[in-house]
Amino acid sequence: MGIEIEQPCVELSNVAVSETHGEDSPYFAGWKAYDENPYDELSNPSGVIQMGLAENQVSFDLLEKYLEEHPEASTWGKGAPGFRENALFQDYHGLKTFRTAMATFMEKVRGGRVKFDPQRVVLTAGATAANELLTFILANPGDALLVPTPYYPGFDRDLRWRTGVNIVPIHCDSLNNFQITPEALECAYKDAEAMNFKVRGVLITNPSNPLGITIPRSVLEEILDFVTRKNIHLVSDEIYSGSVFSSSEFTSVAEILEGREYKNAERVHIVYSLSKDLGLPGFRVGTIYSYNDKVVTTARRMSSFTLISSQTQHLLASMLSDEKFTENYIETNRERLRKRYEMIIEGLRSAGIECLKGNAGLFCWMNMSPLLEKPTREGELKLWNAILHQVKLNISPGSSCHSSEPGWFRVCFANMTEHTLEIALQRIRHFVERIRTQTESV
Amino acid sequence: MGLMAVDQTHLLSKMATGDGHGEASSYFDGWKAYDKNPFHPTQNPNGVIQMGLAENQLTSDLVEDWILNNPQASICTPEGINDFRDIANFQDYHGLPEFRNAVAKFMSRTRGNRVKFDPDRIVMSGGATGAHEVTAFCLADPGDAFLVPIPYYPGFDRDLRWRTGAQLVPVMCDSSNNFKLTRQALEDAYEKAKRDNIRVKGLLITNPSNPLGTIMDRNTLRTVVSFINEKRIHLVCDEIYAATVFGHQNFISIAEILEEDTDLECDRNLVHIVYSLSKDMGFPGFRVGIIYSYNDAVVNCARKMSSFGLVSTQTQYLLASMLSDDEFVERFLAESANRLAQRYRVFTGELMNVGIKCLQSNAGLFVWMDLRHLLKTPTLESEMELWRVIIHEVKINVSPGSSFHCTEPGWFRVCYANMEDMAVQIALQRIRTFVLQNKEVMVANKKQCWQSSLRLSLRKSRRFEEISMSPHSPIPQSPLVKATI
Repeated sequence: MGIEIEQPCVELSNVAVSETHGEDSPYFAGWKAYDENPYDELSNPSGVIQMGLAENQVSFDLLEKYLEEHPEASTWGKGAPGFRENALFQDYHGLKTFRTAMATFMEKVRGGRVKFDPQRVVLTAGATAANELLTFILANPGDALLVPTPYYPGFDRDLRWRTGVNIVPIHCDSLNNFQITPEALECAYKDAEAMNFKVRGVLITNPSNPLGITIPRSVLEEILDFVTRKNIHLVSDEIYSGSVFSSSEFTSVAEILEGREYKNAERVHIVYSLSKDLGLPGFRVGTIYSYNDKVVTTARRMSSFTLISSQTQHLLASMLSDEKFTENYIETNRERLRKRYEMIIEGLRSAGIECLKGNAGLFCWMNMSPLLEKPTREGELKLWNAILHQVKLNISPGSSCHSSEPGWFRVCFANMTEHTLEIALQRIRHFVERIRTQTESV
Repeated sequence: MGLMAVDQTHLLSKMATGDGHGEASSYFDGWKAYDKNPFHPTQNPNGVIQMGLAENQLTSDLVEDWILNNPQASICTPEGINDFRDIANFQDYHGLPEFRNAVAKFMSRTRGNRVKFDPDRIVMSGGATGAHEVTAFCLADPGDAFLVPIPYYPGFDRDLRWRTGAQLVPVMCDSSNNFKLTRQALEDAYEKAKRDNIRVKGLLITNPSNPLGTIMDRNTLRTVVSFINEKRIHLVCDEIYAATVFGHQNFISIAEILEEDTDLECDRNLVHIVYSLSKDMGFPGFRVGIIYSYNDAVVNCARKMSSFGLVSTQTQYLLASMLSDDEFVERFLAESANRLAQRYRVFTGELMNVGIKCLQSNAGLFVWMDLRHLLKTPTLESEMELWRVIIHEVKINVSPGSSFHCTEPGWFRVCYANMEDMAVQIALQRIRTFVLQNKEVMVANKKQCWQSSLRLSLRKSRRFEEISMSPHSPIPQSPLVKATI
């Protein structure tokens, strides 16, 4: 267009000029390095391998097969009779068939141990929108949500940017495998009070990102008791619930509530999405499941800003209602992720690197603290830089996840072929050997 | 599920417990009547006809044909499945390049190719609803205001204010000059805001106008540009109805003023366009909203915010293909204009025959109908009474002007593009009957006051009190389809 870009003299909003969008974090800086020099098996074998992206690419073939066998799911049938209705449909309640299919799918992911009411399913364009929306509803600007560390870097933007809400960390560390303790919860609450923030809720991610572990039932019970005592909300982001390697190891907060006959349930809200379990981040499918009627109603109204394309709802309603397909998918996906996990753990171990024992997710939480020059955040970032530019692996430094202990890194393993993973592991092995040799010779 | 109804409201934010969602407006009440008793040509011929919904259903057949003939555009068909993986995985908030290119081209074409759009300035959003909110977040702090000419689309009250905390300050327009926007009205509104200590950050215009259906002439657009430039405030142009223009007068986009009227001084960093495919293409379900800004910082910020409302890549892919099909797009736009023109002619012609005038217009999916002569008194109460009569006796859902913040009682927005020809005919018949009935009644009771004559014609209808039609009645099942129009 050739327009001269002048400095805007008319101010934008405070939200617009703030940096709470979070893109200056090293979490994203690594991606730039990848974008500039992306690994490709054939055309760029020495490029940067992307291991900072928690995507699930191990089960696409299952989806493709389904679509090939079920053309009616996406083409609106012969003669496109449903097209008009579908293209016109913008009801924020969402397609009933889709909401029902989502509820059913969420039940299946939890091994049928809990029931979900389709009337409580609110649809949003991705979990990103779901988390922000819930924050708008549960907290006023200046209030706080307590979030266990380490946590997904995106929360800094999703929970805080436009909402004006604060995140106060619940500190977890390796001494007890990063589990959330009642002491840590109380501590965080007091920290918030000391900063004059009104605490409105606790937000947990279960299974955890970046830890790759499920939260034990007893801990969930403690968290529920805590929020009840303090009369605050609990948001459980269960976006990785279908990515648990063994179904019996995941307990959803929904199961605990059902066990308590839904007493005090109106303070609990679950966030889910198909971006990780089904590997469909581009389709923008997020949901809020709330046990609170007023939250459901309000969230539904707010979802006007972020509805799911009816074309996509139509496709997925069909796919997720197919029980044979979903059961097979869930089981196969789980198995493949488990195998992938074992492969990377073994590979890292043979390089002398230990990880937190994980049982879910698309990543592992790797401990590189022995390799730090200094046990500090700077030491960690120095190591991270070396890994990015010398080893050419983009992994996520724990500090970008607000980890209080330096030296931990999140490494994704499900967004590449096995072959690529092998190459990545080889590179890590060589790197570690090099460092060890250097250290020994000093 | 047996949940206890505990006092929950104190636990939620002010935003959640307030009325900012805007559903308490009378705009949505008519839909309740429609929902309870929806017209169907064979199953329910006496039901309420929905004319409160600004949808474009006149050209769905053209799109359906295209889809049938282009299976590869859907990544879920055998022809397109090879692209499934990459598309389903793609979540870059820049959007598919081919999508942005196609949208830029389409926007250009709907403006007669008189102006070009840069694909890199196109930012996605969750429909125009999302686009307006994001724009407000980028330009205004809580408490800041946008000037908006009245009458305006009721959704703005929610889109621009609810979560952003921004305010809307009305710019007065009335029938004395066919609701044209004047410099004086802009100045008055701006000065009043200043006196009230409200910081004005921008002006929002909808061109073509909802609910008026009129397009702004070049002079008005130039006035607007020089006004915002002088006051150093932003200009947001909602051009969502750009391709619904028919007839001889050409739509002039703000983009054209910037490109062509080089004599006019304007800081381009102040200008932003909101667009969508919901009206022009008739795809409200696909949630394709666009922010096009001439301001780099706004593009960058809006793009980051678009994470909260991206367009599904499945949809991006389909539309990239469809909107790049030049032959199809040309044909579609021409045919769409024809059909809209035809519908407009039929509808306004028949209304004229029973003495009902509409504001002269040549765009949009509705007319701005003048029923002032049917009001008991020129008041809001009379307008609401008449409106209830139209809903319950004439059985047509139309939107009262007051819901668009119109200060002159008696105007109604009537949508005509969301139904088959037959339904239009039936609607017109009902209106004819109603007007003639009223005329007879008026003649018979010439000496009586207007009030009792209306009472006569209402004897046959249900009493108002039986139907909770107060503007504040809660809507158990929010009539969402309508709620976003």
